[in-house]
Amino acid sequence: MINNALSFLNIPQHSLHFMLLVLGLLTVATAIQMILAIKKPNLELQQRVTSWWWIIGLLFLVFSIGTNTTIFFFGFISFLALKEFLSIVQTRQADRNAIFWAYLSIPLQYYWVAIGWYGMFIIFIPVYMFLYLPLRLILKGDTDGFIKSAGTLQWAVMLNVFAVSHIAYLLILPEKNIAAGNIGLVIFLLFMTQFNDVSQYIWGKTLGKHKILPKVSPNKTWEGFVGGLITITLVAGFIAPYLTPLSQIQGFTAGVLISFSGFIGDVVISSVKRDLHIKDCGNLLPGHGGILDRIDSLIYTAPLFFHYIYYLHY
Amino acid sequence: MNRIIKILFVLLIVRPVVLIILGLNIHNRNKLPLNGPAIIAANHNSHLDTMVLFSLYPLLQVHKLRPVAAADYFLSNPLLAWFSIHVIGIIPLSRSGRKKPQVLFAECHKAIDNGDILILFPEGTRGKPEEASTLKKGIFHLVKERPATPIIPLVTHGLGRALPKGEALLVPFNCDIAIGDALVEVESSTELLAELTDSYAKLLNDCLTYNTTDEI
Repeated sequence: MINNALSFLNIPQHSLHFMLLVLGLLTVATAIQMILAIKKPNLELQQRVTSWWWIIGLLFLVFSIGTNTTIFFFGFISFLALKEFLSIVQTRQADRNAIFWAYLSIPLQYYWVAIGWYGMFIIFIPVYMFLYLPLRLILKGDTDGFIKSAGTLQWAVMLNVFAVSHIAYLLILPEKNIAAGNIGLVIFLLFMTQFNDVSQYIWGKTLGKHKILPKVSPNKTWEGFVGGLITITLVAGFIAPYLTPLSQIQGFTAGVLISFSGFIGDVVISSVKRDLHIKDCGNLLPGHGGILDRIDSLIYTAPLFFHYIYYLHY
Repeated sequence: MNRIIKILFVLLIVRPVVLIILGLNIHNRNKLPLNGPAIIAANHNSHLDTMVLFSLYPLLQVHKLRPVAAADYFLSNPLLAWFSIHVIGIIPLSRSGRKKPQVLFAECHKAIDNGDILILFPEGTRGKPEEASTLKKGIFHLVKERPATPIIPLVTHGLGRALPKGEALLVPFNCDIAIGDALVEVESSTELLAELTDSYAKLLNDCLTYNTTDEI
């Protein structure tokens, strides 16, 4: 019955069911937050949950419209993330022109995705933008701080455009799990990455004692890291065959990969914030911070998960 | 009619530009005066300063916002003058003349009496991008006649990167906007400037994009 009622949504069955499960989990989380709020109101937690409703609702909407809309959506996420990154790091007035071109790489990169030109998609930023952006800087003629600007700019497009665009390319791969569709790969990646953040946080809160990287992220502990790793490995193994072409064993490995690399992505962006002496990258998502604070782990998990399944199945 | 043009301008141009192409980190939004009379004393980096402020107000309130702007610049050609007066709703101020304060600020006082929210840039000019210029005393002579009007210090940061003086290319950057506590019934111009300078320094520290644009 649910299938009939929701058949107008353009989402294959397995992915649709999983999205409904996510909405169920979010409802439970909201209920828990409300109960906790009776004892001790926590504005940040409340905002965090509300933002989650917006994020997941928006994803649900975009997924159900179709592939090109979803590609466009991730392109827009790249734009917001790149803008946030370039706004907090140091740039020179002389860099404005090159920065403008860095933004123009977004529509091009996502266009390669949309037409499924893998060869271009995979080298456009690491090769062509890498060679072109310094040229734009040279044309301005200001050599004081040139090295730093060239480095910052290339890193910025790699993190926010190249890495993030791998999520979108998952949609273009040949369909291998018909019941879940390619959107299943995206849902799997997003869910595992974000659920990893949540479980590392919860394990760390309940059992955490031994700090893992005290200088970068004082709240992260070995207990949180390992607890998250085990949780995600198990959950990924059971969900992978349902949403992706991966077997159960391959799913366990995907879980290890996502949990480990998600942690790295998190602490890399934490180091950026530490370096700049700021707590959040922005305040677009109340309770979370900026868009970068939310997709930090995804920046690492997306390309690694992509190449993992690409190697195994495509 | 002007009110409708201004609402459309804010809805169709200002808001999309400010909220999508730019992006705001707003600090202490609750301190923004939604009703006049009030004077917002902002630092000045870019023409976008005013646009950002417009985007923060409900559409039915935008006609209350009156930027006080240099007559020699904004009235310099007929098209810009029409746009500035009828769409933006500026109060032109002569920077060069040696008029008496009562004459010079007559329009400002009229607006305050009308319950408008004045936007004032005490630095007097946009200056170099992201560098504060010294504050001018004009603002004190303006409020001397209307001492009950609250002065709200407001700092924007990052807009000088998005659209600096003399550049036509708008490059997307997130910008900070931080609003301070209202100053009321200030005794002297020195005191007012000291309090404003102090407030600006504090507000600047809230900005996520601060520390990042200073040239080496």
